[in-house]
Amino acid sequence: MTARPWLRPALEAAFWAAALGAYFAFPDLLPLLSQVAIAALFVLSLDLLVGFAGVLTLGQAAFFGLGAYAAGILAQQGWGEPLSGLVLAAVLAGALGVLTAPLVLRGGDLPALMVTLGLGLMLGEAANKLPGITGGADGLLGVEVWPVLGLFRFDLYGRTAFLYSLAVLFALFLLARLVVSSPFGLALRGVRGNARRMPALGTPVRARLVAVYGMAAAYAGVAGALLAQTTQFVSLDALSFGRSAEGLLMLVLGGLGSLYGALVGAAVFTVAHHLLSELSPLFWQFWIGAALMAVALAGKGGVLGLFAAALRRAS
Amino acid sequence: MRAGLTRRGAAAAFGAAALAPLARPAVAQGEAVRVGLILPLTGPFASTGRQVEAAVRLYLRQNGDGFGGRRVELLVRDDTGVAPEVTRRIAQEMVVRDRARVLAGFGLTPLAFAAAPVATEAKVPMVVMAAATSAIVARSPFVVRTSFTLPQVTAPIADWARKEGIGNAATLVTDFAPGLDAERVFKERFLAAGGAVPLELRSPLRNPDYAPFLQRVRDARPQALFIFVPSGEGAALMKQFAERGLGEAGVRLIGTGDVVDDDLLDAIGRPALGAVTSHHYSAAHDSPENRAYVEAFAAANPGVRPNFMSVGGWDGMHLIAEALRATGGDANGDKLLAAMKGRSWTSPRGPMAIDANTRDVVQDVYIRRVEERNGRFWNVEFDRVPAVRDPGA
Amino acid sequence: MLTVLLDGLAAGMLLFVLAVGLSVTLGLMNFVNLAHGAFGMLGGYVCAAMLNRAGLPFLLCVAAAALASAAAGVVLERLLYRRLYGRDHLDQVLFSIGLVFVAGAAADWVFGARQQLIALPAWLSGRVEVGPASIGAYRLFLIAACGLIVLALHVGLVRTRFGARLRAAVDDAVVARGLGIPVPRLFALTFALGSGLAGLGGALGVEVLGLDPTFPLKYMVYFLIVVAVGGANTVLGPFLAAVLLGVVDVAGKYWVPELGAFAIYTAMVALLLLRPQGLLARAAER
Repeated sequence: MTARPWLRPALEAAFWAAALGAYFAFPDLLPLLSQVAIAALFVLSLDLLVGFAGVLTLGQAAFFGLGAYAAGILAQQGWGEPLSGLVLAAVLAGALGVLTAPLVLRGGDLPALMVTLGLGLMLGEAANKLPGITGGADGLLGVEVWPVLGLFRFDLYGRTAFLYSLAVLFALFLLARLVVSSPFGLALRGVRGNARRMPALGTPVRARLVAVYGMAAAYAGVAGALLAQTTQFVSLDALSFGRSAEGLLMLVLGGLGSLYGALVGAAVFTVAHHLLSELSPLFWQFWIGAALMAVALAGKGGVLGLFAAALRRAS
Repeated sequence: MRAGLTRRGAAAAFGAAALAPLARPAVAQGEAVRVGLILPLTGPFASTGRQVEAAVRLYLRQNGDGFGGRRVELLVRDDTGVAPEVTRRIAQEMVVRDRARVLAGFGLTPLAFAAAPVATEAKVPMVVMAAATSAIVARSPFVVRTSFTLPQVTAPIADWARKEGIGNAATLVTDFAPGLDAERVFKERFLAAGGAVPLELRSPLRNPDYAPFLQRVRDARPQALFIFVPSGEGAALMKQFAERGLGEAGVRLIGTGDVVDDDLLDAIGRPALGAVTSHHYSAAHDSPENRAYVEAFAAANPGVRPNFMSVGGWDGMHLIAEALRATGGDANGDKLLAAMKGRSWTSPRGPMAIDANTRDVVQDVYIRRVEERNGRFWNVEFDRVPAVRDPGA
Repeated sequence: MLTVLLDGLAAGMLLFVLAVGLSVTLGLMNFVNLAHGAFGMLGGYVCAAMLNRAGLPFLLCVAAAALASAAAGVVLERLLYRRLYGRDHLDQVLFSIGLVFVAGAAADWVFGARQQLIALPAWLSGRVEVGPASIGAYRLFLIAACGLIVLALHVGLVRTRFGARLRAAVDDAVVARGLGIPVPRLFALTFALGSGLAGLGGALGVEVLGLDPTFPLKYMVYFLIVVAVGGANTVLGPFLAAVLLGVVDVAGKYWVPELGAFAIYTAMVALLLLRPQGLLARAAER
């Protein structure tokens, strides 16, 4: 790669150009693409935790759902301005992240995984038991979101939804990029590599982990809020274990620790599901499962890894 | 170098080929009226979706696909049943990309809630064939329902229980919105008629081991136990009810028909004998239309008995077909909707109608008992309440 | 009250039989096999098919289910799992979830999406009085059968050479290999044992837990809970964890039904916070 230093920025520019270009290339599929963007943001939050900080989690949907309900209830109660909904979601989800981080960071991989799972399940159960606030299993009704910036209404074709989600994704992606290439991000990678040595370098490991946990939680919350606002509906599945598991799956599929892997994994999985489901409504799971197994067995670090290996082979 | 180019080229070609279906050109506006059927065909609610799909396809096979001079084309998509945003997205795609003129299906309440605004904005009738919460029809002026509502089928069993002289009844429902609805309606009706509800139990949706709840019931010894669980869970509950000897202890089992789902009743078998339930459809309904329906359904789907979900699909397709005939093939949304409102016909379930104002289903609700006939188990109707409207949320 | 406890014991022991294979696989081969439930599902379907379609005796069907799952375990281990040993846990997660999807779709294609119901033989139906309490005959059978399995596992691990080699390999695979213990073959056998036990649990559980193509995904959470709380490299740990969780779950629902599912989740989180390495984990950190 060092032989052609322009390659990486060129690929990145191409990636985002393609993302924007999709708006023009697939005008009938914008609802799908905005869900890809939302999933990408969710998986991005997971990459920060799992890919950079090495904290395994099966409960990220708790923050996603909290953000979704926060934005949804805010709109339901009369304040439908979208951007403030995003801010509220980020703040609440981030706060919950910071509060629960100490619980998660005790013990090793498996206990962390199970504690996050347990907390996620508990939040889901709590939401089910409070139908007065969340609408319970039927879902939250009356979510009326005002036009973005007062100008762009959420329309049937999903145009506003897509551009809005893509813009938020892009902005948060840039922020994440800044963070991971900062000393903070390097410290995180050090922690992931060898957590015991980092204090010797003067890094407050625990504080760093809590900080990234809160940041990832906030990102997941914003993704949830985007979902609530673009679909004008929230239900318990936003908090479900299935959503957490699927996010982790998309991340591993795409490739960890590169930020772009998160985006690619989300895009590939969502689009593949869509295509396969159209071709074979009853048995698409078989094909997706086989594809996942193949990528895992190939072992090059997910789709992005395969792509990079192919590039290396070609050059 | 050549190998690398070929591989990259292949990757690009593969990518383009994979994406090609996405960039489908706009469909020429032909004669076919597209009906978009959105159902849970995989996942935990797959049996619901498959029953509905089978019934819709059976209708089209039996009646042809031409109504009012227009051909009907069915588009079936799976929404997995657990992600309302997917249901909504599919509804949008069907309306925008596939130019569907009618949306149909909707296996659960949150899925219908999520998709309804799409119907409103696109001005397309939305025929709800399975979901059962009262508030669905109010969500959009284009929603029409051919399934049932839980309050509609719960009230009659409460009334019947009082008529039978049952003084007190415990309730056991699954702890989620439909279960809570059923519990609320049963309690209201039962208490209003002078009964008592000494014990109310709710079992979690996940890991429903009924043992502790049934033990509580055994301790309390009520005269009856009213149950509501999602169809599919009924088997476990009835078996554990029988295993615990609650029937011998004098507790009568009553509930809504979800518990004795026709799809599974034969497999549940003996433990279900004697259970009295109220519902809008039984495969044992004694009418020539139903006998023909059950026979045709079983012929097309070997080993499967049609259940209350399937009849929602059958009648939904019938409603769409009749509306098209009435408008003379005009697929305009408002006109189709107007043709649907107020329509009545004889369904395999019995007489039914679509209320002209609420767009909700008005139908007879039957009281049935599980009996064995020729080695198979059926819900045999012995009483009915005619033309029941949804009592409201 | 005793009845409730016996019910919880039966549920817990069934959960143990289903989950113990996962514990051994994770502890020995350091492999996160989220497809463990799929072997349970296979056992359930084999048992249900033989019982319903061929009318064979119940115990024979259960035994056949265990064998079928063990065989599937051997085949898959040789062909596929082997390639992922030592790899990153997340790759193993990706692989095993893919396998779950494939297995679920295959089950759907063969058996359909409905619940599989079986009719128990007469000697397993009805209730049995045990002193002041009464318990279902099938639950009593579960307690007895699972108790036998636990005993057999314990004896097998402690008294046989296979068990000794297994324990050695769990403690330190490199040294074990150096001692001439055929670790790859051990892995294959252990995987077969774990899958076979899962199949056995699946067959025994059809009556109590139900069976449909979403079985592996539905119950994966509970297997993980048992393994995490119990500790991933002992047999007794998961046993205690499973029984504890079974009893807490049932007792919680009996006495404080408003709590519902909270009981089991809170118990799990609390236990994990108190003892992150598992209930009986050794003091030395791995």
